[in-house]
Amino acid sequence: MDLARTEVRPRQGVRNAAARLGLVAVPVAFFAVFFAYPVAAIVTRGLKTGGTWQFGRITDVLAQPDIRHVLWFTTWQALVSTALTLLVALPGAYVFARFDFPGKQVLRAVVTVPFVLPTVVVGTAFLALVGRGGLLDEWWGVRLDTTVWAILLAHVFFNYAVVVRTVGGLWAQLDPRQEEAARMLGASRLTAWRTVTLPALAPAVAAAALMVFLFTFTSFGVVQILGGPTFSTLEVEIYRQTSEIFDLSTAAVLTLIQFVAVGAVLALHAWTVRRRETALRLVDASMTARRPRGAGEWGLLAGVVGSIAVLLFLPLAVLVQRSLDAPDFGYYRALTRSDGGVFLVAPIEAVGNSLEYALAATAIAVVVGGLAATALTRRDAGRFVRGFDALLMLPLGVSAVTVGFGFLISLDEPPLDLRQSWILVPLAQALVGVPFVVRTMLPVLRAVDHRLREAAAVLGATPWRVWREIDLPMVRRALLIAAGFAFAVSLGEFGATVFIARPDNPTLPVAVARLLGRAGDLNYGQAMALSTILMVVCAVALLILERLRTDRTGEF
Amino acid sequence: MLLSLQGATVRFGGRAVLDGVGLEVAEHEIVCVLGPSGSGKSTLLRAVAGLQPLDAGRVSLDGHDQGGVPAHRRGVGLMFQDHQLFPQRDVGANVAFGLRMHGAGKGQQDERVRELLDLVGLPGAGRRAVAALSGGEQQRVALARALAPRPRLLMLDEPLGQLDRSLRERLVVELRELFGRLGTTVLAVTHDQGEAFALADRVVVMRDGRIAQSGTPLEVWQRPADEFVARFLGFENVVDGTVTGEAADTAWGKVPVPPGAAQGARSVLVRPAGVRLVAAGEGLRCTVAARTFKGTHVAVQLHPSEGDGPRLEAACALREAPEVGDAVGVEFDAAEIVVLG
Repeated sequence: MDLARTEVRPRQGVRNAAARLGLVAVPVAFFAVFFAYPVAAIVTRGLKTGGTWQFGRITDVLAQPDIRHVLWFTTWQALVSTALTLLVALPGAYVFARFDFPGKQVLRAVVTVPFVLPTVVVGTAFLALVGRGGLLDEWWGVRLDTTVWAILLAHVFFNYAVVVRTVGGLWAQLDPRQEEAARMLGASRLTAWRTVTLPALAPAVAAAALMVFLFTFTSFGVVQILGGPTFSTLEVEIYRQTSEIFDLSTAAVLTLIQFVAVGAVLALHAWTVRRRETALRLVDASMTARRPRGAGEWGLLAGVVGSIAVLLFLPLAVLVQRSLDAPDFGYYRALTRSDGGVFLVAPIEAVGNSLEYALAATAIAVVVGGLAATALTRRDAGRFVRGFDALLMLPLGVSAVTVGFGFLISLDEPPLDLRQSWILVPLAQALVGVPFVVRTMLPVLRAVDHRLREAAAVLGATPWRVWREIDLPMVRRALLIAAGFAFAVSLGEFGATVFIARPDNPTLPVAVARLLGRAGDLNYGQAMALSTILMVVCAVALLILERLRTDRTGEF
Repeated sequence: MLLSLQGATVRFGGRAVLDGVGLEVAEHEIVCVLGPSGSGKSTLLRAVAGLQPLDAGRVSLDGHDQGGVPAHRRGVGLMFQDHQLFPQRDVGANVAFGLRMHGAGKGQQDERVRELLDLVGLPGAGRRAVAALSGGEQQRVALARALAPRPRLLMLDEPLGQLDRSLRERLVVELRELFGRLGTTVLAVTHDQGEAFALADRVVVMRDGRIAQSGTPLEVWQRPADEFVARFLGFENVVDGTVTGEAADTAWGKVPVPPGAAQGARSVLVRPAGVRLVAAGEGLRCTVAARTFKGTHVAVQLHPSEGDGPRLEAACALREAPEVGDAVGVEFDAAEIVVLG
């Protein structure tokens, strides 16, 4: 019997391993060349001089007072941003999960728009609201752009959707009868919530908080625009060291520090997500919502709608209004002129560039992410493949600036010289888009009952036919949503693109940042106009996605 | 032999779910594997289908070793426990799926789908959505889908498990008729003995990944191989005893056994029909502990008043059943007694 076993096992094992390898090969190669290799280049650049490793560099850099100041600011603003976001968004999550009210679908879509907006647009919008000559300045003479509040508010704006989606999504599916059961056993309303609902929600709240922390810790575009010379996060400092001071070695050390911090947060996030998957009684979300009852609940609803209006809607409205400030759409018409000042080309050409880059990046991200998600759903996925899952999330947190900086110093010389190639920008954008594709596809692929695949196999379908006949029809919608997300993310990508976009081929966000960097009402107005165009494209993409969305699709 | 398993072993973790199973199924034979849940019967089907790799042993179809042959090239059909109809396709497309996979032309597919839907009693249902079907209809569609590519062996996993009792009893008769007419070779698994006996030419009882007994329904029913099989078939009157000649010495006293029974320390099964109630004072003294109405008869639970023997179940005619609390005497009928292995 034992002899027979040694005979059967290896054959089966080899075949499975080959299939797995085939699926994983493309994503692994992609990440090796365009992520691991650039990161390794950064490490070498920072810590190796004259052929020897200089680990002392790390302590040297950390000893500088201004660097310590940056580290301290990065951390505390992320903590405060996270706390503020939770404070504002958790009531929102509750209202969206448990109440039915007219216009709920529209409002839910509006809330999600900021999340896919380019950081540059968010920064610009807040500048228009609280900056010099902004709305508050005009009305009351209040300016916040020299204070940290502008950054904090922009972060809340940006991440509101993360909390509403992650926490509210789960909350809506928690069976209200669990709480009712606790009530029947003598628990008060509050006690029932505290002992039944809160523990079920806690992992989701933790996961959302970690995501928000990660996004704000690595915040670039928002701080770059609203921070002025006073406030600088690690990400902004890395950019400054690279492109203004040209101190690549310090930039590399800072990148490493950020890498470690992000890795720790991601590990914590993976852990909380695993805990979230513990058995909960989930029901159809449409069963749990009801009309608000009584003054308290209507008041809560009104408060949430009001905060959404002030925090999310107002900045975007002001942005649009400012872009229309010149007579006869003057700012928009100025975009079509090439005055040879800021750009070599008319700013409006950035729209075309951005769309082309984003489409190419979407295609790459969907192929790489789709293959990775398929490999991860295979039932025989081993420890190696599951580790790959965590690895895929890295580019999301390891910050766009790292990716851009890495591309800059590693892909500009043989064997891989892509500096002159247009593909460089889409590759960097795809790297940031892949985690979104994987996260959107995975839950849907995992929800496909494996026995359906077996049923098809027994009826004679080859593994490839099984995928085409069973998996594809079921994930088609998720695939579209993933593509849409990748498209929106690529379109708004700023941190990496700003490093590698060529001056004669700027993308929309890069063009906006450059316009803002120059003095004059016309440049300012053009920045508002370009931002408005970018916002409209992203919002349209998102609203199309929202129509495709089902409850099960994805974590974002 | 169409199907032959030799020493088939599957381990999950350290536990053997299939433990050296040997089984043969001849062409046109209907074999039913019967066992409690967790006995490994579904794993057995999955191993034959190629969905579950073996840790040891071999599966052969038509004399060819199937090791390394993937599920889609084995040419066997499997009807899943909960049907696993493809939700995004209509009834016709579900039935046609296997034909498409085997490269049948459109006209051929349509004709075969119509033929099969007629066969399972759902004529003209091709355009209906599978979500709109009742449980019984889903079962018929699943059967049609499995039969469509003309598999050399059709396997059924708890074919009627989800359905209510009256429907099950009707469908099992239909299935047996249908398979007889088509000459299909069938390997089915079920935990329901009634289903197994009604469907099968041969019944295989499984326990903890091993085969406990194999035989025609009549053989298995009349001579359960051991106490496990007897109890699984619903017989409760099993007692340890020592057989000497034509009597066994048990906790119920001396019990007659049929001539030629195995001698020595054995388990003895007394069918309820073999427990005869006589006037109090004769035979084994018992008290009536409970009575359950069974339709054709009344099952009477008896508590022996002497010795430490276990409870006895007797089958009584409706009018003759004693009341709870009555004292009765019990005698045993050798024709209804089996000495187990």
